[in-house]
Amino acid sequence: MTATEAPRTAAGNPLGFGRMLRKEDARFLRGKGKFVDDVNLPGMLHGAVLRSPYAHARIVSIDTGAAEAHPKVKAVITGKMLETRKLAWMPTLSGDVQSVLATDKVRFQGQEVAFVVAEDRYSARDALELIDVEYEPLEAVVDARRALDAGAPLIRDDLLGRTDNRIYDWEAGDRAACDEVFAHAEVVVAEDMIYPRVHPAPLETCGSVASMDNVTGKLTIWTTTQAPHAHRTLYALMTGLPEHKIQVISPDIGGGFGNKVGIYPGYICSVVASIVTGVPVKWVEDRSENLMSTSFARDYHMHGEIAATRAGQILGLRVTVLADHGAFNGVAQPTKFPAGFFHIFTGSYDFPAAYCQVTAVYSNKAPGGVAYACSFRITEAVYLVERMVNCLAFELQIDPAELRMKNLLRPEQFPYTTPTGWEYDSGDYPRALEEAMRIAGYDELRREQAERRARAAAGGPGPAEPRMGIGLSFFTEGAGAGPRKHMDIMGLGMADACELRVHPTGTAQLRLSVQTQGQGHETTFAQIVAHELGIPPEEVEVLHGDTDNTPFGLGTYGSRSTAVSGAATAVAARRVRDKARIIAAAALECSADDLEWELGRWQVKGDREHGQTIQEIALAAHGSLELPEGVEGHLDASVVYNPPNLTFPFGAYICVVDVDPDTGVVKVRRFIAVDDCGPRINPMIVEGQVHGGLADGVGMALMEVIAFDEAGNNLGGSFMDYLLPTSMECPSWELGETVTPSPHHPIGVKGVGESATVGSPAAVVNAVLDALQIRHADMPLTPAAVWRAIEGRPFRTDLAIV
Amino acid sequence: MKVTMAVNDQEATSEVEPRLLLVHFLRDVLGLTGTHWGCDTSNCGACVVWLDGIPVKSCTTLAAMADGHAVRTVEDLDAGGSLDPVQEGFMQEHGLQCGFCTPGVMMTARWLLDRVPDPDEATIREAISGNLCRCTGYENIVRAIRWAAEHGRTEEMTA
Repeated sequence: MTATEAPRTAAGNPLGFGRMLRKEDARFLRGKGKFVDDVNLPGMLHGAVLRSPYAHARIVSIDTGAAEAHPKVKAVITGKMLETRKLAWMPTLSGDVQSVLATDKVRFQGQEVAFVVAEDRYSARDALELIDVEYEPLEAVVDARRALDAGAPLIRDDLLGRTDNRIYDWEAGDRAACDEVFAHAEVVVAEDMIYPRVHPAPLETCGSVASMDNVTGKLTIWTTTQAPHAHRTLYALMTGLPEHKIQVISPDIGGGFGNKVGIYPGYICSVVASIVTGVPVKWVEDRSENLMSTSFARDYHMHGEIAATRAGQILGLRVTVLADHGAFNGVAQPTKFPAGFFHIFTGSYDFPAAYCQVTAVYSNKAPGGVAYACSFRITEAVYLVERMVNCLAFELQIDPAELRMKNLLRPEQFPYTTPTGWEYDSGDYPRALEEAMRIAGYDELRREQAERRARAAAGGPGPAEPRMGIGLSFFTEGAGAGPRKHMDIMGLGMADACELRVHPTGTAQLRLSVQTQGQGHETTFAQIVAHELGIPPEEVEVLHGDTDNTPFGLGTYGSRSTAVSGAATAVAARRVRDKARIIAAAALECSADDLEWELGRWQVKGDREHGQTIQEIALAAHGSLELPEGVEGHLDASVVYNPPNLTFPFGAYICVVDVDPDTGVVKVRRFIAVDDCGPRINPMIVEGQVHGGLADGVGMALMEVIAFDEAGNNLGGSFMDYLLPTSMECPSWELGETVTPSPHHPIGVKGVGESATVGSPAAVVNAVLDALQIRHADMPLTPAAVWRAIEGRPFRTDLAIV
Repeated sequence: MKVTMAVNDQEATSEVEPRLLLVHFLRDVLGLTGTHWGCDTSNCGACVVWLDGIPVKSCTTLAAMADGHAVRTVEDLDAGGSLDPVQEGFMQEHGLQCGFCTPGVMMTARWLLDRVPDPDEATIREAISGNLCRCTGYENIVRAIRWAAEHGRTEEMTA
């Protein structure tokens, strides 16, 4: 089931899989995209949020009088006002509650306190300055490692009976069996590491335009959401508005990366404001608001231990995690998995034993946790295991490539069940690693490194030569959540859907429950239909992002779209094809059994002269042709796809860096990425997805962090402080591929959206540490962090530097 | 205060607050929503437009500063009815994904190619280093600009 080159349509597009230019580009290139902030309605007002300057403080009083007196202000909403509508608090995606507008306390810097509605954006902002809030500052919990100390400030005193900041303890794996392995292992290596708090930072911030029609009772909300249907249901549950009267429209989305999965207080406030004022209300956050208050990612403090033989046979992996969830437990993940999919932490290796224990705590920081292309925390898991394998290689003085090759799962072990219960569908890991090493010229790189080290050891005049490092990582991703039996978000099963309609003239429309944020669904999904039905992709219109016009589903995150709605699309197209066969048989006056499918037409077996194209069949399906008993007219199908398992994409990455030992500056010289995501529907789009994730890896490994000072001030609240990689920090990516189809997906594809973000950070970190010949230092490896690591005085990257 | 400027060769006059940012003037007053607002701090470049032929970040430029000057936005790139080679290059080389940074990057790229018609990769990377993209990892943006250089028209485009 590998992707073979499809024939080309008259327009030059593949009649199925293959490189195809994107349909959506036409509008974006001309500045005609329609993003939420581009929505302007007659009479529309503008909202702005007043935010807490403190990380932890009691609210003594809020005086909105002066703001209300501002001539352009139409309403000021506070938590007290929301309380009368039972909307001061809202449910989170993890069974907790979260403040919409603070009533009792503020629990993180940037928390929402009041909402002003005014005639224009600037006046709304002006009026924020007129609101007088008296705070009584409280001691803040900034360091997750102190959150459970006796006497630590209690953050969630709003929750009845709560006496500490512990959210949950959770475990996976067989502890006793794992302890037994460790007790008898020849080698045990332990390391502490932080996956620091980062932020997805899509270039478009979050926002909404709410329009309540007080006559019809219909609420329309244009909003930045990766999951429009789930949001519709949640709005209904939260506000009490009937779900059939709520329309969620997510128009073009300027990047999501998990930042646009949750429902934020600003959205709720815009809805309430529209109800109160009777006109549409727009709220769009600025960059600081985005970075300080919407879903962060990671913030895992991990202690890993790896057991092995002296010869480098790995035996066991044991991990304890302290997870900082911020002030409200708002992680977006399947209900049964409070630590997401972190327990996939044995990664790509044949570990006989594994055990992890996760403790989550509240802190005085923004809520979130599962975001930034993390595939439900597989990023943290891959980082942990890939760092631990490198730590083992460091201790045993074995080449990290050799150690990996020795312990990777072998092709004949698939389907493979991990020690913590995941069933990997398919893979050929050694082949992918060999391919990456071939592209990199691995042996030659090691030779160059040895020569440089020899020169450095010999010493000499002048500034030191850059130190060269080579880092590897091998990742196994898990994409396409459910099945719905095991996976739900707030009780909504993780299945996704599509509706396919073939029109009388043979063109088609495909309606999806998932929502693109730049992944190119309008093109890729049309290609799936073309592949299955032979309708040219330019004649398949893909519709999404409008709950009134698309079927229900859980949306796009966790690399779910192609894995789930893509499967739904293939199944729907096959149903259409089956029906087309019956209609063709009626038209040809033969038995359906006598027909064979050739892309785009049903024809009499062995007789090319007698057949019907899908377009002819479509016309007949809507015409006066008499159809067999029980066969309805028209040519369409709708499918809800409940995935039997995740798909498991994988890949081998190699990063080459040069580190200036005098300044600590890291230059990424090369990055080689071999990805296996099954057959590639549109290789151009797949490569683009990988490129973006690799840049994320460079960013997280070298510069991105949301740190806090001792008072709980957010030190990453703008793009001047929260650094993202530019074209200067990114090398020209070198990609390769292997193709191992998923046996359980209708077209074998596995999904790729988050693979590179999951896999790449460890490769960069491993490369920098290889250059420094240091076992471990934490991300981000900024010049300061590298320099201090060289000095033997590493610092906590998640706190203010002291 | 009253401002008058030539936006994409059309005269635009409006009464505005002195503090109004050029990006908001273009988007909210003139309805030219192709120019985006991404960071407020001149870091991301989603708001790049030309002011008298020079790329500026319109999120940190006042509308008042453009009074009496010429502004060019993404909406003008295909003014002749056909796509600018930069636009064509972005499509051919998959230089965009979500499309949010794209107008700003293309305006920067057009400016570069008008001055350096055949830039090498390092020159391109330096030129677009003030434009953040969260989707593409820059690789295909660089290729798109190279495509435009190889297929581009040569006449001077500056105002």
